[in-house]
Amino acid sequence: MKNLICCFIISGLFYCHDVLAQIDTTLLRRAAPDTSRMQLNMDAVYNRPFLSFGKLPVALGGYVEANWQHLGTNGVSEGHQFQMRRLTLFVASTIYRRIKFLSEIEFEDGTKEINIEFASIDIEFHPLFNLRGGVVMNPIGAFNQNHDGPKWEFVDRPVSATQMLPATWSNVGFGLYGKLYRKDWVYAYEAYLTNGFDDKIISNGENKTFLPASKANPDRFEESFNGVPLITAKTAIRYKKVGELGISYMGGVYNKFKEDGLVFDKKRRLHVFAVDFNTTVPFTKTWINTEWAWVNVDIPETYSQQFGNKQRGGFVDFVQPVIKKDILGFERSMINAVFRVEYVDWNNGKFNETGTTIRDDFFSVVPGVSWRPTSQTVLRLNYRYNWQSDIFGNPAEKTAGFQFGFSSYF
Amino acid sequence: MRRLICFLTVLGVTVGMYSCENFEPSAPPDDRLLDGPVDGLSAAENIRFLNGDIAFNDEVFVPSSGLGPLFVANSCGSCHPGDGKGHPFTTLVRFGQHDDTGNQYNHLGGPQLQNRAIPGYQPEQLPAGVGFSKLTPPANTGLGYIDAVSDADILSWADPNDADGDGISGVPNWVEMKEYLFARPGTVEVNGRYIGRFGKKGAAYDLHQQTAQAYNQDIGVTSSYEAYDTYTGVETDPEISDQTILDVVFYLKTLKAPIPRGSHQEEILAGKSIFMEIGCARCHRPEMKTGASSIAALSEKTFYPYTDLLLHDMGPGLDDGYTEGSAKTSEWKTPALWGLGLSKFSQGGGYFLLHDGRARSIEEAIVLHGGEGDSSRKNYESLSPDEQTKLIKFLESL
Repeated sequence: MKNLICCFIISGLFYCHDVLAQIDTTLLRRAAPDTSRMQLNMDAVYNRPFLSFGKLPVALGGYVEANWQHLGTNGVSEGHQFQMRRLTLFVASTIYRRIKFLSEIEFEDGTKEINIEFASIDIEFHPLFNLRGGVVMNPIGAFNQNHDGPKWEFVDRPVSATQMLPATWSNVGFGLYGKLYRKDWVYAYEAYLTNGFDDKIISNGENKTFLPASKANPDRFEESFNGVPLITAKTAIRYKKVGELGISYMGGVYNKFKEDGLVFDKKRRLHVFAVDFNTTVPFTKTWINTEWAWVNVDIPETYSQQFGNKQRGGFVDFVQPVIKKDILGFERSMINAVFRVEYVDWNNGKFNETGTTIRDDFFSVVPGVSWRPTSQTVLRLNYRYNWQSDIFGNPAEKTAGFQFGFSSYF
Repeated sequence: MRRLICFLTVLGVTVGMYSCENFEPSAPPDDRLLDGPVDGLSAAENIRFLNGDIAFNDEVFVPSSGLGPLFVANSCGSCHPGDGKGHPFTTLVRFGQHDDTGNQYNHLGGPQLQNRAIPGYQPEQLPAGVGFSKLTPPANTGLGYIDAVSDADILSWADPNDADGDGISGVPNWVEMKEYLFARPGTVEVNGRYIGRFGKKGAAYDLHQQTAQAYNQDIGVTSSYEAYDTYTGVETDPEISDQTILDVVFYLKTLKAPIPRGSHQEEILAGKSIFMEIGCARCHRPEMKTGASSIAALSEKTFYPYTDLLLHDMGPGLDDGYTEGSAKTSEWKTPALWGLGLSKFSQGGGYFLLHDGRARSIEEAIVLHGGEGDSSRKNYESLSPDEQTKLIKFLESL
């Protein structure tokens, strides 16, 4: 009897295997990114690999990033650190021919941070006039729009983009965007009104003006901190033979100047300007990607100069393809030599007491190599070296070490 | 070929993981650093030291955690970068007391000017015509040793009537003890007052008082020890725990003493001899001993702070018209010289010396000595340039 039962179970397993094998994997189709037209950073949100299911109007995608690092600061090592930086899921849907929905949900550092980074409906009235509403990514600089891990050859995101600018920075709001193609040129614009920053930007544990501090406010997806919309606008131009240039602005009021009819303060504004540029050098095929931004924040004069009213910083990435051939059976492997330089001046000004320069700046170089066994997966080995000086310009704190990780769409 | 690549990759990763510390920045030499604990702490004491270190150097106060509304700085580390001397940016102002009868301006914001305010509030203004002192934040190092010196030793160095006729008449600052403090074993009381030994005037009895007052007066944070809000003047709920304050006190007590650099070099030894010969050491006493301490690492230790912990009249040039405790307005506690050469690494590359940072070099600090320091200043000025250089090098080596 026992043997008979075993026989049934084993037969059942084989039967199940057959049943599972009936799923037609060809139904799971990977949508090819649109390469028919020149892409801009603003297209990054849709320019991702998605899996679609037969004729279902829904496509899924995502990416994952994990890494190991061993960094030390001034002789104190943190030892071996394994990190699950991100797991991001995309869901896209074509509701109607010119009505689309896309969402991006990100789990950072395991489940330490769970964010809706993007969840919006796009309605196309005309190529130059599209309405977007929901949770949108404010188009300040290029990185905020085009931040997917698998697109970058470095384990860390740029400090200027993620700590001076608050990438990834999304808010609830509405706006317009459009593109115009003319031969080798493409022009584009985006403009949004969204909820914005709060007073945490000058009141935070970082002890400096820190725009990302507002990301900790979960209420910003429900209500504006002060009722004044944040304006974000960007224009970009791309010439096929040269590259893409983007100019963007973000500005609004960050403080709670009034509540219940009671006036607390004047409206204190912040202004952010950014320029981004990317190109591929024709003969060497070196890809150069850079972004620079300026932050101006109206800080009460009676508050501490620890919180700077001007910041500036940016990064430049060089990616040089070195080997393009079959490696370990991956037919289209690409190995790149990469190098990043980044700088942030957290507090650009002079001390009232001495007239001397306030330092509080950060400089970093990151050489490395990356291997792309496929275009959608990247393995990265970086060595980073940072110098962080305090506001007085005392000897800089040095941090350095190796980082290794991968990032892949799935 | 594929096997070889895999093998080399595994080998490279293994070697890399075990050698990666060699590619990280090395620690600055120990004698270049002011932070770090005294030798000989137990494991439990190390944990307490770390808790205090985090509270002191990493905790940044914001309005929601108790900052202000009026304040001078928003963290301990802002005033004492790397546990060293501070910068004019966080130099504070005290005002309203000109004799030992106490502060006459407490109703106008005294004794300390909170010159900054959180948004929506206005900082204090200095009352017209009042005497005031600017006080540059001191270095924190070696404070536990100073705390553990016996009152008897301090009194033995005092010479209030200049009995030895050397022109120097150091006296302790006799201060009232806060109700939340516990007297050290062997503490001396005279007319309800005790010897103060911390602060530029030596007006704080111990590090507990110094810490609780700094949280309150500098950061605007109330505690069960210093419960009055500096803005309203009203007693409020504590904004910091007793445990955090006690951890910081422990941290300050157990920060190591500065380590001299190059002390065996001929030039520096010559400078030390000059230092002794021209009379600097009569106030800047090189050597002291601790008494018994509850922290074993501080008990019965010899150390080299270059101070006598006494008040000295420094002449009219350094008389700001403000004082604390029993000190006269022209009297200042002899500052410890240990760590002097490292000051520029916490003050932004230059020196801001004397009580208010007015001296931009060690030479300038010396020539600004007056009163009881006048004869040593004259002696210094009579030295040859070579001898002056040796003396300065010695002071920079401390």
